Amino acid sequence: MSAIREGTYGLLAEFDSPGDLVRAAQAAYDSGYRRMDCYTPYPVEEAAEAIGFHRDEVSLVCLIGGLLGVAAMFGLETWISVWAYPLNIAGRPYYSWPAFIVPAYEWTILWSGLSAFFGLFALCGLPEPYHPLFNAPNFRGGATSDKFFLCLEATDPKFEVAQSRAFLESFQPVSVVEVEY
Amino acid sequence: MAIKEPLNDPMLDPVTGEYRVIAPGHTFKSVTEKVSRIVLTSHTPVGWWGGLAIAGGGVLMLMVALTWLFLKGVGIWGITIPVAWGFAIVNFVWWIGIGHAGTLISAILLLFKQSWRNSINRFAEAMTIFAVVCAGLFPLIHTGRPWLAYWLFPYPNTMNVWPQFRSPLLWDVFAVSTYATISVVFWYLGMVPDLGTLRDRAQSKFAQFFYGIISLGWRGSVRHWTRYETASLLLAGLSTPLVLSVHSVISFDFAVALLPGWHTTIFPPYFVAGAVYSGFAMVITLAIPIRKFYHLEDLITIRHIDNMGKVMLVTGGIVAYGYWMEVFMAYWYSASRWEYFMMWNRMFGPMGWSYWVLITCNIALPQLMWARKFRRNPTLMFIMSFIVNTGMWFERFVIVVTSLTRDYLPSSWGTYKATRWDYMTFAGTLALFTFLFFLFIRFLPMIPMSELRILLPQAKIKAKQEPLPEAGD
Repeated sequence: MSAIREGTYGLLAEFDSPGDLVRAAQAAYDSGYRRMDCYTPYPVEEAAEAIGFHRDEVSLVCLIGGLLGVAAMFGLETWISVWAYPLNIAGRPYYSWPAFIVPAYEWTILWSGLSAFFGLFALCGLPEPYHPLFNAPNFRGGATSDKFFLCLEATDPKFEVAQSRAFLESFQPVSVVEVEY
Repeated sequence: MAIKEPLNDPMLDPVTGEYRVIAPGHTFKSVTEKVSRIVLTSHTPVGWWGGLAIAGGGVLMLMVALTWLFLKGVGIWGITIPVAWGFAIVNFVWWIGIGHAGTLISAILLLFKQSWRNSINRFAEAMTIFAVVCAGLFPLIHTGRPWLAYWLFPYPNTMNVWPQFRSPLLWDVFAVSTYATISVVFWYLGMVPDLGTLRDRAQSKFAQFFYGIISLGWRGSVRHWTRYETASLLLAGLSTPLVLSVHSVISFDFAVALLPGWHTTIFPPYFVAGAVYSGFAMVITLAIPIRKFYHLEDLITIRHIDNMGKVMLVTGGIVAYGYWMEVFMAYWYSASRWEYFMMWNRMFGPMGWSYWVLITCNIALPQLMWARKFRRNPTLMFIMSFIVNTGMWFERFVIVVTSLTRDYLPSSWGTYKATRWDYMTFAGTLALFTFLFFLFIRFLPMIPMSELRILLPQAKIKAKQEPLPEAGD
C-alpha cells in the first residue's frame, strides 16, 4: 500500500436497481469518465461492459499455469523413471509415456486451477482488507447485499466534485456521497 | 406436460410460464437476510448442539479406532490373504464417489447453465470436501505405517528412491490430492463474495474480524466480478474432466489388476456414474433435513428434489447398464471360465446375498422414482437416498471383497469377515463427515447468496430497451 493519502477518493452514487446503475455507468463512460468502478452484490456483466472493462487476463494466467503443470510433471516422471531411479516393471520400457499421462494430466488441472485462483486475486489486488470505499456510510450495508453503486474516482482528469455530483444526480440515484480516503 | 400443470401453481412464473427455482416474493434483501441470519445469529439452536455432540462422540470413537490401529497395525481389521483390501478400500471408493456429486453440481451444471443448482451448490461442494477428507483417510491408514505416507510423493530423499509412476496406486495419489485441492479452491472462491456479505452484516467484533480476514476485502467491484466469473467458469471447466478422471483412476486400481471381476474396461464410466448416483443421494440426504430445520423450503424447493431424483434415475440407469454388461461379458462375451465363475460366485456364492442387496437397493427400488409423486415427496426421497447409498456401498463391497475371495487358484480361496474395528472406523468417518457438516452450516454461508440474487426477477436488466435519458450528456 502506498503512503496514507488524504482528500477525496471519489463520488459514490447509490442505485436501487441494476438497470439504473448500468444506464448511469454507460452515460459516465460516454461522457469521458474512465477512472470509475461499479459495485454490485452479484455479477452484473452489463455494468462491466458499460465502464469499458471487456477482457480479463485470468484465462491467460490459467493457460500458462496448466502448461507449466503438464511440463513439470511429465518432465519429473521422465527424469525419475529414465535417469534417477530406473526400475524394470514387467519389462516395460523405462520411458513408458502412456503411463505418465495420468499424473501429468492431474497436474495440468492442479496448476491451472491454482493459477486461476491465485491469478484472480493477484489481478484484483486482493486481499485488501482496507479500502476507502468502506468509509462511505451506505457502502458496506449495500454493495454486498442489495444496492448498486457507481463510483467516479477523483483521480480521473474529468473529475470535479461539484460538476461530477451534478452529473451523477441527474440519474436520480438514492444518494450521492463523497468518499474520503 | 405443461398442460397438466395447475395454472394457479405459485411456483409457475406467470410471465414466462417457466418453473421458478426459488419461491416468489423474495428480494435481494430477503435472500441475503434469510441466509446470513443462519450464520450470524447469536442464538445457536439446541438441535445443532445435540447433533454436534452426537457426531462428536462418533469422532471420538474414530479416534479410538485409529489409535488402536496405530498401536497394533492393520491386523486388527478383517483383512487377510487373499482379501487384503477390505472395508478400508470399500469405504475409500464409496466416500470419493459421494464427493463427486458436489463437483458435478457445482461444475457441470454450471457449464450447462442449469441455474436451479445455485441454491444447492455450496453445500454440495462442502459435502465433496468432507467426503474427500473421509475418503483420503482410508488409503492413508491402510498403508499400515501412515506416518510414512509422505513416501508416496516424489521428493528428494537420502534413501535415493523415487516412486514408480507406472502404478495406478501412485496415479491415485495425484488424482485424489488434486481433487481435494481443486475442490477446496473452487469452494472457497465461490464463498468469497458471501463472506464479504457476512463481514458487512456481522454485529460482533469477532465475527467482523473473522469474516473480514477470510473475505479478503471483497467489495463487489464489477471488474473483480468479471474476473471472478472467468475464474469460476475455468475452474468449472477444469473440475469437469477432473471429476471424471478421479473415479476413472480409482477404477484403474482394479481394472489394471488381472483378477476376474476387476479386469474390465467398463470400470471407468461405470465407476463415475455410480459415484454421481451415490453423491446425489447424499445431497438429498443432507438437503431435506437442512431445508426443514432451517426453514429454507422456498430456497431449496421441491423442484430441486425432483430434479435430483431425475439425475439419480439417469445415473442409476447407467449403473444398471454397467451391472448388466458385467453379466453379459462374463456369461456370453468373454468365453472365459474364470469370468463365468466369478459372476456365478457373485450371485450365488457364499457372499451372494450382498449382490442381491445391491441389485435391490440400486436398481429395483429406485424405479419408484419414475413416479412424479414420489420424487416430489421429501420424506420418501429421504428414505430413497439412504437406500441408494446402502446399495452403492454394497456395490463396492461386492467388487472388492467378493472378487478377492475367489481368484484363479482354489487353493488360495478365502473368506472375509469384518471386525468391530472395521465397523467402528466406518461409522467413525460417517460421524466425522456429519461433524464437519454441522460446523459448516453454523459458521459458513451454506447457500450462495450472490448466486441466488441472480435468480431473482429483479436481477434482469431492462436498460437496453429504454432510451438513455437526455441528462446523460
